[in-house]
Amino acid sequence: MRRKDDGGWNPYLAGTLSGMVSIGSVWIAGKFFGASTTFVRSAGMVEKAVDPERVAQMPYFIKELPIIDWQWMFVVGIFIGSLIASTTSGSFRLQAVPDMWQERFGPVRWKRWLVAFVGGTIGMFGARLADGCPSGHGLSGSMQLAVSGFIALICFFIGGMIVARLLYGGGENQ
Amino acid sequence: MTSLVYGLVTGIMFGFLLQKGRVLRYDKQLGALRLMDMTIVKFMVSAILVGMVGIYLLSDLGLAKLSIKPMIFGGVVLGGLIFGIGWGMLGYCPGTSLGALGEGRWDSIWGIVGMLCGAALYAEVFPIMKATVLTWGDFGKITLPQVLGVSHWLLIPLFIIGSVALFRWFEKKGL
Repeated sequence: MRRKDDGGWNPYLAGTLSGMVSIGSVWIAGKFFGASTTFVRSAGMVEKAVDPERVAQMPYFIKELPIIDWQWMFVVGIFIGSLIASTTSGSFRLQAVPDMWQERFGPVRWKRWLVAFVGGTIGMFGARLADGCPSGHGLSGSMQLAVSGFIALICFFIGGMIVARLLYGGGENQ
Repeated sequence: MTSLVYGLVTGIMFGFLLQKGRVLRYDKQLGALRLMDMTIVKFMVSAILVGMVGIYLLSDLGLAKLSIKPMIFGGVVLGGLIFGIGWGMLGYCPGTSLGALGEGRWDSIWGIVGMLCGAALYAEVFPIMKATVLTWGDFGKITLPQVLGVSHWLLIPLFIIGSVALFRWFEKKGL
């Protein structure tokens, strides 16, 4: 049975409910949202499979051990939650190139994939240097009124807006 | 083990809401960076406002402990800008990339592979960063109320008022 995309919920409502989930998590489990450390742990697990002795000596993998923890499961949960929400609302769509990208750069897959890969590499490097991503700094940091959270969030948007402008030109007049 | 189950359940709820709020998509993330569609900002700021009130309430009642990341100027500013550059190219952030995959946007796989490489790369240079960038302007774990020397219950209402004004402006402009 095929259902039509319901267009989603009001973002203020979905955001408010997410804020409540985050309060519940802090209250019950004592855990703040975050995502980027999970990529470090996962990279460590992959490297450990190849050369365990080397990984055991690397300071960063001693700091962030290559293990499955609360946040690792949280990130897996995001995938499952999104899968459930999209398949039950008819908004699941297998798509290799996003609409906005295709409109600007055409349907060639490898171009989008290459930029996504390079962007992912640069982005995660930056997130680890900043010690957090839009979840850890942006949401969890800002909601605790942490100076680092606000400054990081501003820098994320400045960097992102510069690249968006380079890729797409000057906004509305497209 | 309990902690892992909590993580999974919390993630499922958050992923569900991210998808329902339509904030996982490349078009929405780039829409915000191109200042054309503020959906993700509406979602984020709403979550932040609600979280602020709840978490400071819990903290004041002694039911939760804050977990503040240090404000290291070199790391946060430089790392933040570098993250932004990558985010603008990928169009997903670390958390939303998994969510985007969950709703079938599988260009995110390349982003996820890239992010694993980025993490591995950072692990290689971490000792260098620790001796350089991460020593530039370390102010420690500071919060806005501490810096300004005021109560958080003065700042939180101000944030709410400012955000509601921002939301009204977004709606007026149709962003």
